[in-house]
Amino acid sequence: MTTIPFVSPKKRSSTSRASDPKIPNLTPEQLEAFGDEMDALRQRIVADLGEEDAAYIRGIVKRQQQFEVAGRVMFYLPPAWPLAVAALSVSKILENMEIGHNVMHGQYDWLGDPKLNSRIYDWDNVCPGEQWKYSHNYIHHTFTNVLGKDRDIGYGILRMDEDQKWHPYYLGNPLYAFLLMAFFEWGVAMHDLEVENIVKGRRKLGENAQLHAAIMKKVKRQALKDYLIFPALTGPLFPLTFAGNAVANLVRNVWAFNIIFCGHFPAGVATFTEEECEDESRGHWYYRQLLGSANITGGKLFHIMSGNLSHQIEHHLFPDIPARRYPEIAVEVREICERYGITYNTGRLSRQLYTVARKIVRLSVPTPKPKPGQEEPGAGQAVPEAA
Amino acid sequence: MTITQRVLSSRLVAALASPHSVDRYLEQINPMWAATEVRARVVDIVRETTGEHPVATLTLQPTGTWRGHRSGQFVQVGVDLEDGRRTTRCFSISSAASLPGERFTLTIRSHAEGVVSRYLVNEAEPGLILHLSQAEGDFTVHESAATPTNNHLLMISGGSGITPVMSHIRTLLRDGYDGHANRKVTFLHYARSPEDQIFADELAEIATADNGVTVQLRYGTHRFDPDELRRLVGDFRDIDTWACGPAGLIELIQDAYAGSPRLRVEFFKPPAFATDDDAEGTVLFARSGKTATNSGTNLLEQAEATGLTPEFGCRMGICFSCTSRKTEGTVRNVLTGETSSLPDEDIRICVSAPVGSCSIDL
Repeated sequence: MTTIPFVSPKKRSSTSRASDPKIPNLTPEQLEAFGDEMDALRQRIVADLGEEDAAYIRGIVKRQQQFEVAGRVMFYLPPAWPLAVAALSVSKILENMEIGHNVMHGQYDWLGDPKLNSRIYDWDNVCPGEQWKYSHNYIHHTFTNVLGKDRDIGYGILRMDEDQKWHPYYLGNPLYAFLLMAFFEWGVAMHDLEVENIVKGRRKLGENAQLHAAIMKKVKRQALKDYLIFPALTGPLFPLTFAGNAVANLVRNVWAFNIIFCGHFPAGVATFTEEECEDESRGHWYYRQLLGSANITGGKLFHIMSGNLSHQIEHHLFPDIPARRYPEIAVEVREICERYGITYNTGRLSRQLYTVARKIVRLSVPTPKPKPGQEEPGAGQAVPEAA
Repeated sequence: MTITQRVLSSRLVAALASPHSVDRYLEQINPMWAATEVRARVVDIVRETTGEHPVATLTLQPTGTWRGHRSGQFVQVGVDLEDGRRTTRCFSISSAASLPGERFTLTIRSHAEGVVSRYLVNEAEPGLILHLSQAEGDFTVHESAATPTNNHLLMISGGSGITPVMSHIRTLLRDGYDGHANRKVTFLHYARSPEDQIFADELAEIATADNGVTVQLRYGTHRFDPDELRRLVGDFRDIDTWACGPAGLIELIQDAYAGSPRLRVEFFKPPAFATDDDAEGTVLFARSGKTATNSGTNLLEQAEATGLTPEFGCRMGICFSCTSRKTEGTVRNVLTGETSSLPDEDIRICVSAPVGSCSIDL
């Protein structure tokens, strides 16, 4: 559920977008060497996977379940309502991000544990895991930030890149972004229906029948649990429990939305064209992943609560390596980037959020045509225009 | 089914745990609590033989979800090995038929290349939790003391192939099978040496008791011989026969029975190892029955070349859409160069190239 923009050198020279990162023009040989270094890093980590990673993810599952049970139980004590909501929110965030997202990426398939296997796992979210794995693991992670291919760029709702043609509809960009944040899990579930393509007549409604049925099945189960059975089990406290569950889902939505948008839309993130990515080498693929993602700095707890998607760059380079390894990988990736002169986009949550928000607002209005001869600012600056 | 079991496997409890299984929560409290999954605790380990390939019998206390087994069936056993990987192998059950929730035994020979058998025989301690399937397989006997027939039953086994056959014999004897109704059982077993003989004492007891069971043990280089079998039991092709053992023995037996429907066989599956040149041998796509000469490229492309349309996504090992089960053979991960020869392994076919012959469930 992430998106990324990326820009070809050709395109840049013609449009001169203020937000474009400084994309170094690596030679094919440099790209290959860069790809080899990434492959070597990957192999070293994969060879080292073992008991500690197994213990870590099982420990997180245990902790998540403790929060979940504690949250559900505390709804029986009305004064503890805020605590119950907090515990349930933490549980849902952990389950969706550090567990669900990462397990469904196949990060723990090597464990051979059916409960942590990407083909079997489904998360506590109205989007059926099966559909998410297609749109996310395949479409988004393969075509990261390729305009017209990666449907995570704006999710078909928002204008998140200058190269998306402006339309008066986009005047509502900030409003749509706010609504997507509040109803994020629903947005993710609807994502695969490609409603925008149906509106444009590019997709037939009939193509959605099966997807729609699967979503409705999942929605019913999720709603039954959070909005009927658990509230009913608390008897007269039904309304309080109902509200508490709704708030916990909302908290998870807001948190997940912010982490994901900060991983893909801050200033300095690049988008690419389909032509640039034709017959791309493995080195170029890595390079595109790097330029199409951004990290958020923070403490250990922050990283766990973000499912380590605060290391979006490392996640995009190695989506199937257990996320707990991203911090140690990041040290090496940064060093490699420095040597190749590739900008490594990272910043505090507040800084990344600010540039994302600014981009959402700025792109709600038409992008002014650049004046001929205007210099393109570098990526290092915290530039207003987003990629 | 106890009341607790009934509640735990109810739809209401399932709805509360959705989209996860109830077992995901129960397991955290006590590994022996389960709603649908089957797990077992190892309660006893007895060394049967020592030497190069030692054998041990493990007594398992399954969770209440165990539905019991018929003699001759096997169970998938998943073990969390020390590197954190759960590895699953099939083992025949050696004890007499069990009822739901009842204890049963596995008798396992440790093989040098068998990580699970080696671990269970040499390192397992009572208290170890195993992840099981329900009992599977149709290498079963329908005769019992209660059936009004007097069929002669013939059991042939080699090495650790004795385990399902032993389960048959134990079940028949426990349930009242004896020689007095003129019901004969002949048990012919091939072992490497008397020292390697599993269940030696029990077999000696069975042989001397008045029960209608004839025990014939053969050691060392003594090979299966159809004429010898004919001298023992007459025209064996008309006798209901259960045979379990290494592939070599089973092939000899199958040749001797010439397609007789009276013969039931059970194999072990040794991993096929890589040949020197990767692009050799044939690739079998087991589900569709198609075969192809191994071209050396990744399995996804080879499958597509035969006209199959397996599910795929990124075609570069990221998305796991193409994950398929390799039942036999060796594959090389084209990204890492790593090879793997494990049977029944899930692989990403877009980044796996066969090394020699292999079989894929596609």
